[in-house]
Order: sequence, then structure tokens, then C-alpha cells
Amino acid sequence: MNIMAAAVAARSVLHATFTIERVYAAAPGRVFAAFADAEAKRRWFFCDSTWPVEHRLEFRVGGRETIRTGPAGGTVHLCEAVYHDIVPDQRIIYSYAMLLDQRRISVSLATLDFQAGPDGGTRLLLTEQGAFLDGWTDVAGREEGTRIGLENLAADLRQQSPAA
Amino acid sequence: MQTATPTPDLQITGPQITALDHTLLALADPTRRAILQRLCDQGGEARVTDLALPFAMSLNAVSKHIRLLERADLVRRRKQGREHLLRFNPAPLTQAERWIAERKAMWEGRLDRLGAFLAATAEPATPESTAPESTEDQTKTGDER
Repeated sequence: MNIMAAAVAARSVLHATFTIERVYAAAPGRVFAAFADAEAKRRWFFCDSTWPVEHRLEFRVGGRETIRTGPAGGTVHLCEAVYHDIVPDQRIIYSYAMLLDQRRISVSLATLDFQAGPDGGTRLLLTEQGAFLDGWTDVAGREEGTRIGLENLAADLRQQSPAA
Repeated sequence: MQTATPTPDLQITGPQITALDHTLLALADPTRRAILQRLCDQGGEARVTDLALPFAMSLNAVSKHIRLLERADLVRRRKQGREHLLRFNPAPLTQAERWIAERKAMWEGRLDRLGAFLAATAEPATPESTAPESTEDQTKTGDER
């Protein structure tokens, strides 16, 4: 991971890139459709089903996607995305900003690369290149920031058995 | 308390294993994230036995997870009499690194759920296409472009 921390002042920006690779036993068309179809996407994309989610998706080049969620009465988590490049069954590139209570915490470029994998499956490569902004900690403090993330991460656990 | 099991359940090797790799690895597992979450929920410190309570696994298995969290320095342990007290330590990550690790872990969770969704909505299996999945191992810890 490429991490180059800028000045640790009140205002700072950190650039980082990460890649995740997955292989699915489903054809690229089906994997692609899970991102392209709003109804399908809602069935897997969101972390915490106990948080109400407002989701709008215009899946076309230049189209926007808005996700508004968060604990009832708590911090509003907003994601605003714009689709820049769509190659059916092959590639999706979009940029998105994440906001906590209207404070912009990151602006990223996400590339989804759908490759035909072994046995008719799909190799999916996700690359996120982000500018992570430091103002986000002001929202609720360091620990709270960690908690917000961990709550998201642990959320799907609550639906499953905690057994590994 | 628990005696150390000889084999850690995860090994990462290679020339440039960074502290961040240990952190990402520690955060990559849902049980370990739940353990951290529980530590956060309990405010300051928690006893190993209390921490292990809600998990449907042996104390030994939980201790293994805790050791990986300790290796990443996300969890610190101190003894008080016979008790082992654990504390969440956010220090190993700068706030930005933490944010990135969380963002990455968020994507891991999503892509896991995508796999489950694809499996659940698959066409009726043809004789040779058996149930898919176990995409777990495809995740790279060394990420770089």
C-alpha cells in the first residue's frame, strides 16, 4: 500500500490505493448486473441492514448514485457517486465522495474490472484510489471514528452466527 | 489462562511485511472485528473470558484470534491477579491508515456478500457446476498498483 501522509496539520490529505481481487463462480454478465441493477445491488451492497438506507442509482455514464444511511438520529453517512465509464460486463469506473454529517471525509476513484475467469467464472478486481481527508475526525473524535467503521464491519456478523 | 497453541492460524511471510499488513490481516476476519467491536462496546478493558462469551467457539479459538489482534498491537493485555485484561489500542494505525483499513475491510465484506448473493441467485446447477465460492483466499494482502 502506498501511503504518503501529508502534513499532519489540522488539514491534511492522504493518498492511498488498494486492490481487492475475488473470483466468483458466476459469469461476468451476472457479476456486472449485480452492480448495474439497483434492485440487485441493494441485496448485497449495504453493510448494516438495521440502518435505514436511501439509495438512488442512475447507472449510465454521467449518472449519479446517492446512498444516505446511518443510525437513526445519529451521524448521517452520505455517499455521492458519479459514473464515468461503463463497458458492459467488463468495466465500471466511478468516483465518489463520502460525507459524515456533511463533512467530506474522502474522495475516491473506484475501478471494477470484470475478467472472464476459470470455468466460466469471473475474476473481479476492485481498485480504489482515494484522497482521505483528515477533517473527518472532527465530526465525532478519533475513537468515535473508529467505532463507526467497526460498527459497519461487525454489522453483517450480527446477522450471522459469530462462529467462524 | 490459555496456553499458547503452537501453530498460529495465519502466517504472512515475505520481505516487506509491515505493521499495516498485520493490522489489515487482523481486521480481515469477521470474528476479530467482532472482538474489537465488543472491546469498544465495553469501554475500557475486558476480561478474556467475558470477551469470549458470545462467540460460539471455544475459549481456545477465541484466544487465537486475540493473539493475532495482539500481534497487530490492536489489543493489549495486562494481568491483574489471575485475570487477563484486554484493551483496544487504536495507536498502530494513524487515523488515516485506520480509515483506509476500514474502507478496505468494508469492501471485503461487500464482496463476500456479493459472492453469497451470486450463489443464492445462481441458475439451477448443471451436472458439473457445483456450488461455487470460497473466494476468501483470493484476497491479496499486498496491494499495490
